[in-house]
Amino acid sequence: MKSIYFDNAATTKLDDEVLKEMIPYLKENYGNASSIYKLGRESRKAVEDSREKIAKVLNCKLDEIYFTVGGSESDNTAIKGIARANKKKGNHIITSKIEHPAVLETCKQLEKEGFEITYISVDENGRVDLEELKKSIKPTTILITIMFANNEIGTIQPIEEIGKVAKENNIYFHTDAVQAIGSIKIDVQKLNIDSLSLSGHKFYGPKGIGALYVKTGVKFAKFIDGGHQERNKRAGTENVAGIVGIGKAIELAYENLDEHNKKIKELRDYYVEQVQEKIRYIKINGDMEKRLLGNSNISFRFIEGEGLLLNLDLKGICASSGSACTSGSLDPSHVLLAIGLSHEIAHGSLRITIGKYNTKEEIDYLVENLVEIVNRLRKMSPLWEKFIEEENK
Amino acid sequence: MDYTDKVIEHYTNPRNVGKIENASGIGEVGNPVCGDIMKMFIKVKNNIITDVKFKTFGCGAAIATSSITTEMIKGKTLEEALALKNGDVVKALDGLPPVKLHCSVLAEEAIHEAIADYYRKEGKLTEEEIKTKCNLKEHHCESCGI
Repeated sequence: MKSIYFDNAATTKLDDEVLKEMIPYLKENYGNASSIYKLGRESRKAVEDSREKIAKVLNCKLDEIYFTVGGSESDNTAIKGIARANKKKGNHIITSKIEHPAVLETCKQLEKEGFEITYISVDENGRVDLEELKKSIKPTTILITIMFANNEIGTIQPIEEIGKVAKENNIYFHTDAVQAIGSIKIDVQKLNIDSLSLSGHKFYGPKGIGALYVKTGVKFAKFIDGGHQERNKRAGTENVAGIVGIGKAIELAYENLDEHNKKIKELRDYYVEQVQEKIRYIKINGDMEKRLLGNSNISFRFIEGEGLLLNLDLKGICASSGSACTSGSLDPSHVLLAIGLSHEIAHGSLRITIGKYNTKEEIDYLVENLVEIVNRLRKMSPLWEKFIEEENK
Repeated sequence: MDYTDKVIEHYTNPRNVGKIENASGIGEVGNPVCGDIMKMFIKVKNNIITDVKFKTFGCGAAIATSSITTEMIKGKTLEEALALKNGDVVKALDGLPPVKLHCSVLAEEAIHEAIADYYRKEGKLTEEEIKTKCNLKEHHCESCGI
């Protein structure tokens, strides 16, 4: 069965054009970018060309971009690196309750090392409270790390305002922009961002390659000891093919940004409308305005998300849920709980994330199956039975 | 999630879904906080479970364990049904991922509660006797503490 892919926040399909650019660096251009001879110099040039492409999109300098293996490494490097290098200035870090685990677990690790972390709340739409942010600032605050856009509910944070608060208080500002890059124009200078994480496979690039922007002058500790690569901050022979891939992918994403965004938004809105029209007792999670265009997160009451995903999978449909059963733990998504959903509603959530390869026909197929599966699971659900009995009283 | 073919087969085609009108006993366990609720309906005639149906709110493993459990106790005596352990259910499904083992515990508890409900309705045994016979325990969930 053909896979119908609606999990573009998890990863995306590699663009053929990106693959085409990468292939020579997996074959004949295999030189180590640190080598002095021509084969090596060609790899070096490819690495630096890619760096330039990323810097151009972010509006930063070339030497402010560091290649990593992905979003999690970028987050770890930025947060631990800035914290450890600026320990003398203070030990307090502010983050939000709905960050990706790459940020939350990194902060928890720093707590063990003696740093103090404030996890600020979000409102029912998943937006951080700027007043709470301002009130959380202490003389010892050295870093604010708040994600650009959330991976589960797509909520976009008031990054410009956060950047302003950070600048006014002379605090470094890092943002995990893994979900935002490729769908939002980001100017790090205009937004006062000191550090930003991104990951290639979220915008039709390859897996295993990411980048970290760190503004000149921001002190951060090196993350991998060894060779002199990445200006002595991240040792290890460069993944040249991956670097070429991420560069091409980001270039393509921003060349065609408006066109892709228009299509993705139309499909997402069509999906949400169709679900609202055809399925009762649902809850749309997250902010409808300040939201990633491809993201939808809907809770189907009285059913549990994993059962839903398994049934969709049987129809070839790939999607995701904030249900406990899909997380490998017994708790539903921390993001859905942080926006105030009850456990029951959080368990019944379905995340559909639309990408540039999706079509209207695929949405129709999805909705058609969703209606059937939701009805079937509800008929099986004691919660639904109880609800209907009470409705009929 | 790494489910066996048997689990997949049962959540794809669950047996005995529904409710029994005028059931001899009904057992409901779990809660929406944990994300699993199982409700078992049994019909008892001459100490034998002649019919059994279930309704479950929960993941694929919860649905599959409910389904196979109904198959395993149908036609059995109450004593045989009470002797069914969650390990038997797991074995019948060719295994469950470790994080899903609590689903099989819920299935065992749901049968015990349904049989206890039958005994209560029958009115021959004291609550204490029912508790012992049906091995009723306070359900403890490590996730929500309920």
